This record gives sequence, structure tokens and C-alpha cells, in this order.
Amino acid sequence: MNLDKLIKMANQIGDFFEAMPDRQQAVIDVAGHLQRTWEPRMREQLCAAMDGSAAARLKPLVRDALISLNKPAAPVGKSTSGG
Amino acid sequence: MNACAEIDYGTPEVKVGAGGLCMPGTPLRGQATAILEIDGMSVTVPAGTSLMRAAAEAGVMIPKLCATDCLEAFGSCRLCLVEIEGRRGYPASCTTPAEAGMKVRTQSPKLAELRRNVMELYISDHPLDCLTCSANGNCELQTMAGVVGLREVRYGMTGENHFTESTTDDSNPYFSFDPGKCIVCNRCVRACEEQQGTFALTISGRGFASRVAAGQDERFMDSECVSCGACVNACPTATLTEKTVIEKGQAEHGVTTTCAYCGVGCGFRAEMQGTEVVRMVPWKDGRANEGHACVKGRFAWGYATHPDRITRPMIRARISDPWREVSWDEALQHTASEFRRIQARHGRNSVGAIVSSRCTNEEDYLVQKLVRAAFGNNNVDTCARVCHSPTGYGLKQTLGESAGTQTFKSVEKADVIVIIGANPSDGHPVFASRLKRRVREGAQLIVIDPREIDLVSSPHIKAAHHLKLKPGTNVAVLSALAHVIVTEQLVDPAFVAERCEARAFAEWSEFVARPANSPEALQAASGVPAAEVRAAARLYAAAGNGAIYYGLGVTEHSQGSTAVIAIANLAMATGNLGREGVGVNPLRGQNNVQGSCDMGSFPHELPGYRHVSDTPTRELFERDWGVPIQAEPGLRIPNMLDAALDGSFLGLYCQGEDPVQSDPDTHHVVAAMSAMECVVVQDLFLNETAKYAHVFLPGASFLEKDGTFTNAERRISRVRRVMSPLAGMADWEVTMALANALGYPMHYAHPSQIMDEIARLTPTFAGVSYEKLDAAGSLQWPCNDAAPDGTQTMHVDEFAGLRGGKGRFIITQYVPTDEKVTRRFPLLLTTGRVLSQYNVGAQTRRTANTDFYGADLLEIHPHDAEERGIRNGDRVGIESRAGTTTLPATVTERVQPGVVYTTFHFPESGANVITTDNSDWATNCPEYKVTAVQVSRLAGA
Repeated sequence: MNLDKLIKMANQIGDFFEAMPDRQQAVIDVAGHLQRTWEPRMREQLCAAMDGSAAARLKPLVRDALISLNKPAAPVGKSTSGG
Repeated sequence: MNACAEIDYGTPEVKVGAGGLCMPGTPLRGQATAILEIDGMSVTVPAGTSLMRAAAEAGVMIPKLCATDCLEAFGSCRLCLVEIEGRRGYPASCTTPAEAGMKVRTQSPKLAELRRNVMELYISDHPLDCLTCSANGNCELQTMAGVVGLREVRYGMTGENHFTESTTDDSNPYFSFDPGKCIVCNRCVRACEEQQGTFALTISGRGFASRVAAGQDERFMDSECVSCGACVNACPTATLTEKTVIEKGQAEHGVTTTCAYCGVGCGFRAEMQGTEVVRMVPWKDGRANEGHACVKGRFAWGYATHPDRITRPMIRARISDPWREVSWDEALQHTASEFRRIQARHGRNSVGAIVSSRCTNEEDYLVQKLVRAAFGNNNVDTCARVCHSPTGYGLKQTLGESAGTQTFKSVEKADVIVIIGANPSDGHPVFASRLKRRVREGAQLIVIDPREIDLVSSPHIKAAHHLKLKPGTNVAVLSALAHVIVTEQLVDPAFVAERCEARAFAEWSEFVARPANSPEALQAASGVPAAEVRAAARLYAAAGNGAIYYGLGVTEHSQGSTAVIAIANLAMATGNLGREGVGVNPLRGQNNVQGSCDMGSFPHELPGYRHVSDTPTRELFERDWGVPIQAEPGLRIPNMLDAALDGSFLGLYCQGEDPVQSDPDTHHVVAAMSAMECVVVQDLFLNETAKYAHVFLPGASFLEKDGTFTNAERRISRVRRVMSPLAGMADWEVTMALANALGYPMHYAHPSQIMDEIARLTPTFAGVSYEKLDAAGSLQWPCNDAAPDGTQTMHVDEFAGLRGGKGRFIITQYVPTDEKVTRRFPLLLTTGRVLSQYNVGAQTRRTANTDFYGADLLEIHPHDAEERGIRNGDRVGIESRAGTTTLPATVTERVQPGVVYTTFHFPESGANVITTDNSDWATNCPEYKVTAVQVSRLAGA
């Protein structure tokens, strides 16, 4: 898939949750949204690109969410804003 | 009488305790019912019921001509006279309310004499061509002449009259107007006013010169007439007659079904001669439309038998090859073989399907089942992706259910009506007529739209506020409205305290109260004067009942889901949920958008909006279907296209959808389609997508199959087959056969069995069955043990789908779209549709509706036109970052400076060649409504 497009889409999600007062919850919600609505190959491609230049183009909130997705016990199942 | 005719009670039904205007038919306060005597029979009716209706309900049909039960009583024909004991004279039964203790006689020698005299006068000015008249067998004048025993016309037929030199107006493609047969009963004029609300007809002249006239005494086609057909329906003679009836004759049987156009979901009677449709008549008992219709559903059904229909399956190895007609068996075996070949080579997730919002619930359910059970993945999406997917997301998050909250009838109780990003008089005309009626009764209207839609100002309608925002700034305006409601203490504190999450409300109210969200701060972004926003917010918040209706002008944005959430926030903050007259009401574009979403057509949700990662739900389906189901979401339509370009998605089964014409950034869509190895299109016609298909499976129109549609009110209505599928199989049968060819057994004898399976597996549909639908007429989900008769109003006591049953406010930060004007692209293009055409036009372009609108046009403001030397009718070039196209220009102040507007009904216009791949952050719904463009006059234009 087009990585630029995935980065743009992920940052759009970040734009929405960035306004939330609880940043920790916002990270969980971004991760939850990605996990509940993105097909795995899209998430995997974006996560894989985190090692390269993509990381710098992602909002910090989205970066943190993607990092949380790579952890074995990501709390995405408890997301309050899944799709 | 017409074999298909429904009982006409003469005047509208009065319900006990009903409110409304003080007019004939309205109950008197303090009197619930009246017991009276009619022709010696005791009759009990709601107080305020007319004597005519009371008699009809007792089985006594009083002769009438100017009365019909879809219109208020008029009292002009003098045929419905009765005698009332103790009263002088012979009052008209249509305008006389039933009162307790009345003793009424509908038949007496004197009444018979009076009625015959009246009829004699009518007939003296009416041609006596009954045997060759198109209304023969369905003419109320003819019937009444018989009922009153008219045997002679003493005045002769040679005197001054209206029929010898009258000229028929055949200008309308669907009906004929023969003034020579008019009895000036006013029914057509009243239908145009009361039912449709267009006021296109009038009675011109006085006395004997009185006659029906359209517009300023123009031909129907030149007048404001919108061809809804209400006048034709109301006409008791052959004055206004469908041309199909003139051509074919009267129908011999009728079948009740549901319209396949917009999300209003009107009930119709298909009036038939054998298996041929003679006409479609709006069903009086259809709860979505209550006997009204629009030009599409009423008249534009001829596409079903259009010569362009493809009725033989076809295949080809490459898209550059000619099509080869094959048998159903060969087409299905070939398709199955291709999908299996692709999966074997590229993996299980390399194929998927698009479900149609035009197909039935049962068909949508089967396609998603085929994908999940036979393909073995979740790569299924619906064309709702490109229209109302943000509705599903936004309402689920805030209110707990992905659906509108009301019935259409609810608008009759609204005091303030907010229309955001919708154009109901074009897109949802039958609902618009209800809405306009309520506004004429005194409700206030707020329109939030970049363009001056008809509801801003039309006959007897004037919006209190038109917030003429710049495209792409819905969230800014909604935030500003919320700011005023919170900072001016207009919140409904009791509702919020009792019904909503306290912490979420506190966070939201703190957010919207920030100065950055004030109307003054957001005025520059939205273009809406702050004072106007403040006034609109106060009006909505102070309304007894405030109702919000919205459409694709809300959803088709990069912040579409945010805007839906913001709308729900407003409704919760003002307590406008959980009762009649209020609510959040998405106006769905296509007939079964709601249904296709309900049926699990999204790649992340099983039927009933249950996430695929939810193990108990997945296990329920796995047990029933006998296969494992993936717990991860599949690809959405735009993701499928992207994956096609990277070589990981190569097979698509596309039922009843035309993404090449309807999806944004056509060049991108075409490239993706061309990259796939097997594209299967199932449709009525060879659409634009079929140009890139390897298999074409003929589709069946709504007239050729059984099933159900679910409209924007969550109303499930039956679709009934009136003719055999032209290609031999209905769409559900084709999907079933494809599943079997793929090795996954599906065996349903009838769509009712599919609905039984849906009900078994989907809690909100648990109480739905064909038997129940046939008995009730229609049902609104949730329909289950908790609500056996369905649910008219959602969220009455709690928001059942949310934690603790509490409504959830969510912060909605305005984020400007990336699609910005620049020096190169200085104008914003937004899109919409017109009354007579429907979406990509596959159906309506194949009807005489092209007489009303035969090409897409570009609306441009006079200032912008003048700067570019563009005059009305000039052909102009439109260039965006995505592509270029050309259109004829219409110079109009409907659009604001800096904004241009077009429709997307005709493929040759290429409207989506210029729209971009920007999309909603939550759902990938395309941002059709905002495209930065440049417009220039073409040389030689």
C-alpha cells in the first residue's frame, strides 16, 4: 500500500484524538481505532515503517499508539473509541 | 372501480388525542370519541371525524367527488349531502364533524334528487366518451353517475362547455392533462399544496371560466411542477392521467412493494397487467410516505425493462477482449475458479466483495456471508462507505447505535428543524413535503449549507436562518453552536445529568466553551457571521422540540465522523433525544444504506454492528455457518483499491455498485480495477465498472425479487416480486449459486429463510419475520422480545448500546481539510444531486427523467463567472489536483462566491475525475464535498 497515504490517514486519526484531555487514553484510543478498523497488512506496513523515515512524519500521539500496538499486551480491546 | 383501488374514506383519519392544526378532522378538546347513529347503525369514531369518514368506517360510502382521504375536506362538490335529525338543510358530510348523539341519514328521496341534480350539472359539461376514455373503469365521476342513478341530462350537451375545444397538455413525459375532462373539484390543486407543498397549480378564472392552471397558465413542463404525481393520484376523472394508463389501460391487480430509490423507502402499489407494470401508485398505508411519492418512485421505473438490460452472463479473459455470452453455470464456475486460483497464489485475503445499498437486506447479508464463509476473510464493504459510514461511526460512539433516532412522521411534532448538509426537496422529496408542511404550520427552520437550497426560500417556506458556511467547515459551525449553548446556559441540565456521562460532558463543555470555539473566533474559517450563529443556536436550544436532519453534506468530509459526533453532542446537550419531534436524523442516500450497514457489510462488523474481534459474536456465527471467521477487520473499498495497486488484492465481486463512476479520483479507481485479475460485476446494466470487469453477472431489479429494504428510519419494508427475473435469477440466488460453486453450501428456498437466519443471529432483528412484516406492513428495528412491535423512537429511557446506558459527549476539534484553495485552484467545488436524477444515474438516465435534467451542470456565482468571462451555458473546464473535466456552466447566486457546485449523474461529466482521495479520518468516507479547483471558459465556448 501507499505508505504516504497510510501516514496521512494515521495522522488524521491522531488529529481527532489529540484534542482529548487525557493523553494516555488518547494513545489507547488511537491504537484501538487502528486495530479495530485497519486491516492487519495496513497496520503492519505502518509499524514496519516506524524504523525508517515514517516515524518522523507521524504525530507523536500516533507514534506512541503504534508502539503500544507492537507490545504483546496492547490494551486496545478496552478502547473507548473503536470503530 | 379499479381492481387495485384502496378504500377511500373521503377525509383524513383522526386519531384519538391527535394534535395539530384546528381544521376539519381535528378532535375537539375533551372529547375523545363520539357515538352517533348513521342510517340506523351506531358508530363510534374519534371526535372530529367527518360524517363522511364515520359513515365509510361503518361501511356506508356516501357519494363524493371533491373529497378524498389524502386531502383535507373541501366541501365544494355538493354530492355528499346528508340529513341530520334536528338540523335544517343538507350539510356536506365531508366538512361536518361527527358529534355525539347525532342521527344521520345518508339516503332519502330528497338526497337522491339533490345528488342527481348535481351530477346532471357536472355531466352536462363533461364528454360522454366513457367507453374510449382512459379512466374507464377507474373514474369516480363515472362511478358516481352510476351511484346516484343519473339517467338523463336535461340540459343537453350542446351548450357552452369546456370539452369541445379543449387542448390536451402532453408536455410532461409521464402524464397528460386534458382540461376538457376537468370538473374543477380542486383535488389536484389541493394535492399540490397540501401533500407536495409546491403550489404549482391553481384555479384560474372565475365562475364558469374557472379551470385548473399550472404555474402562470403554462404547460406543466414549463411550470414549477415537480412531477410528484400527487395531482394525478388525486384526480377523480381522466383529466390528469398517467401516459402508461392511456397506452395500456387499467391494471387488473396490484402488489404492495417498496421503492428502490432514496432512503425514504416509500411504499408503493405496483399496479399490474399480468407481469407488466401499468403504474406505480404511492401506498396510503406506507408509513414512510403515507400515500405520497416523487417523480422517481412514481414514474421512473421504466429502467427495469430498458433495452440496455443485460440478461445473459458474460465472461472474458482480458478487459480488452470482447464479452462472450455464457450460461449461468459456466459464468459461476469460471468466477469460482478464478477466485480460488487467485487465493491459492496470493493468499486468502487477496479477494473481496462490495455489497450494494440498492440490493435487499437478504442479498447484502448473503454477500457478506459469502465473503466471510466462502472467501474466508473480512474483505467486504458496502457503498455506504462512500456516503454514510461516518453516521455509523459517529452515532455509535455518542448514542450507542448506528442509526437515526426517529420516524419521518416525527417531524410533525418538531418546533425547530435544523437541516445540515442535506437538500431534502431534491434528495429526499417525500420527506421534504412532510417537513415543509410542518414549517407551514409554524415550525422554524435553520438551514446550514454552503448553497441556497430550495428550503431556504420557496413558496410558503422561509428559513429563519441560513448559515451559508464555506465547504469543509461543518465542525467549526457546529462547535460554535455548541459554544453558544454552553456559554449562554442553554444546556438542558436535567437531561444531561440524568442521561449522559458526567465526566464526558464536563470535558466537552469545557472544550466548546473555550474562546477559540466561539462564533466570533470561527467566523473567519466558516464564513458565517457570528451573530447569525448565535441566533440559530438560541433558536434550536430554546425549541420545545428541536430536530436535526443531515445528509452527505455532513458525512462526505475529512471530518465527516467528527461532524456527526458534533451533531449528536448538540442534541444531547439540549435534551433533544428520546421522544417524538426531536432527534438526530441521517437522511440516507440510497434505498437500503441503513440495511446494508445493518447486515454486516462493513469489513470490521458482523450483522448488527458487532465487531469481528468480539469472540462470543464470532462464535455465534461460526457455529451457525460452520466455518471459522477471521477476528481482524478486512479491507475497506479504498483500501481494496490501494491494495490492488500494490498487487495484494486481485479479485473483486462487485454487486450493484459502480465504483468507477461513483468513487472519487477516477484515475486512481480505474488504475486499481485494471490491476486486478478478476473483477466480477453484477448489475442491471453494463456500467462504468463493467469496462474493467472479466465477468458480468446480470442483476435483477426490485420488481423481480422478494426481500426487504430498511430505510433511514430503521423501517424494514417488504419488497415483493411482481415479475420474473429477466435473467432467470434474482441477485440472492446468484450469490447463493456462487457460494455453492466455491464449495460453501448455501441453500435457501426463499428470502424469508434468509431473514429467519438474520433474526436468529442478530438481536436487533430477533423479532422480524416475513409473516410479521406482512401483518404489520413494516417494522422498525430494534424488533425483539423487548420491543415486539419494533421501535419508533430510539433512546427513550437510556442509550442502551453504551456503558451504563449513558450518552457520551465527545470532543470535536475543528481541523481544516488539507484540500485548500490556492492561487492555482482558487475555488471550492462541492457536489450534490437533483430531484429527477438518482446518484450515478444508471436507473434515471434510462427513463424520461432526462427530460427534466439531461446533463450535469456547473453552478458558478456571477462574480466568479464574470472574472473568468463565463456566461450562462458556456462550456467550462474544471481542473483539480486529481484531474480535469468539462461541464456547461450555470451562472447563479445559489452558490456563494468562491464556491462552485455540480452533480454526478452522468458518466460523461466525469465529476469524480476531479474529486480527490481525501477521506474521513475514521471511516475513509471520501471528501466529495470539498475539492479545490480552477474553472475556465473553454475556447470557442
